[in-house]
Amino acid sequence: MTSPSDQDESQPEIADGAANGHIQAGLYYGQGIPYLPIEGYPGKLIAIEGTDGVGRSTQIQLLREWLEIKGYGVVETGWTRSPLMQPTIEIAKSSNTLNKLTFVLLYATDFADRLEKEIIPALKAGFIVLSDRYIFTALARAGVRGVDRQWLRNLYGFAIAPHMVFYLKIDVDKLIGRVLESRGMDFWESGMDLKTGDDIYESFRTYQQRLLREYGSMADEFHFRVLDARRRVDKIQEELRKQVGAFLEPVEKAEKPAEPVTLVR
Amino acid sequence: MLNNLTNPHEYPGKLFVVEGIDGSGKTTQLGLLAKWLSASGQRVFVTEWNSSALVKAATKTGKKKNALTPMTFSLLHATDFADRLLYKIIPPLKAGMIVLADRYAYTAFARDATRGVDRQWVRELYSFAVRPDLSLYFRVPIDVSLDRLMARRVKLKFYEAGMDLGWSTNPVDSFRLFQGKVLDEYDRLVDEYGLEVVNAVGSITDQQRVVRSLVSKHLDTKHLEITDDEPV
Repeated sequence: MTSPSDQDESQPEIADGAANGHIQAGLYYGQGIPYLPIEGYPGKLIAIEGTDGVGRSTQIQLLREWLEIKGYGVVETGWTRSPLMQPTIEIAKSSNTLNKLTFVLLYATDFADRLEKEIIPALKAGFIVLSDRYIFTALARAGVRGVDRQWLRNLYGFAIAPHMVFYLKIDVDKLIGRVLESRGMDFWESGMDLKTGDDIYESFRTYQQRLLREYGSMADEFHFRVLDARRRVDKIQEELRKQVGAFLEPVEKAEKPAEPVTLVR
Repeated sequence: MLNNLTNPHEYPGKLFVVEGIDGSGKTTQLGLLAKWLSASGQRVFVTEWNSSALVKAATKTGKKKNALTPMTFSLLHATDFADRLLYKIIPPLKAGMIVLADRYAYTAFARDATRGVDRQWVRELYSFAVRPDLSLYFRVPIDVSLDRLMARRVKLKFYEAGMDLGWSTNPVDSFRLFQGKVLDEYDRLVDEYGLEVVNAVGSITDQQRVVRSLVSKHLDTKHLEITDDEPV
């Protein structure tokens, strides 16, 4: 409403302290990958963040459907899905020999693989990349485990700052209900490796509480758009579509009724 | 940024590392050093670059399929290093032992930068590493190292020859180009991290004498013999 759309994309970076100076959507957070310049790629990166069981995948499915009907090409990516690292991460998890540093680095390797082979090519080709979790999950988990925060931020300096980061926010009590209703508490999601106690329920509670605090502390630093995940699925989806729509088609939205969508790039 | 790699460690043990390109003779020298130290009653543990069981699987798949990018290559090696540091290197240092590392973080600094990864990023990545008490850099011209590798009929390895960068389809040419740049990176590191340069062109015995003399400065030398004669 105030300024034209194109500027809007490069402006949401308000002064921020902890990260490497300014964050520019669509560009690397830090030094990046020198041999892969990404400026000017037409695609958009949208990350959906939130702890386990908060309903991310459901929201992503619905969002994808909506975007595709509108004619956007959509690519989905997740956390820990690269063919290179999947077997290793599974072995490491099951053998319980992982210390926090190797844990962090394995996930960073996995992410680098997906970034270079899925995300960057998709952005180059003009897709909307929906990321089910992004580096913030890694930062939160490692932060809870006491890994140096500045080191972590430098490590992920090769990541691309998403155009939008949605954070599905929930409280522990609500989360516990949902997790128990669906698939139950598992070892890692309960932070049992932190050895706060033998009781999985108590451990889950403590761990998830700390995780939520970590996510919360990153909200300003990384410009999260916070969505109340305690609401009904369709309410959350409505809000998501409203914000994504406004980002993708700021002009059309103001002038025309949202119907026939033409992609002009 | 953590400053472990730039500040002296406080463990009772000692960490000595050897660095250099393939064919520089560093592994031979490390072996002789280990022999000497053990024979003089020291407890020694030797660890090699990229050897942790955890990461081997991924490195192998990655290498086999030629699927590693400079970034994943770099991160995998850092993962391997972190695993070995915490399970293999720090415990013996705490126990007052001597740890000998065949390649250390400097290998990553030299190779990854050559592959186009950001120099500062790799340095910060490894900032959790323990600073060695002594880092020996075996400096050798490319031709000498190539001659040594060829004489042993070693097949030049894909990544060691930098074939992944596509600079040349001929392994020897690629090795020459890639390792030439790696040498330049090592040269930067000499001052930056205080590497001790050993002229790796001389005879094995002469080099070993230099190595032992440098190492003995960091040890309680009463019972160490620096000559090549039988130790006590």
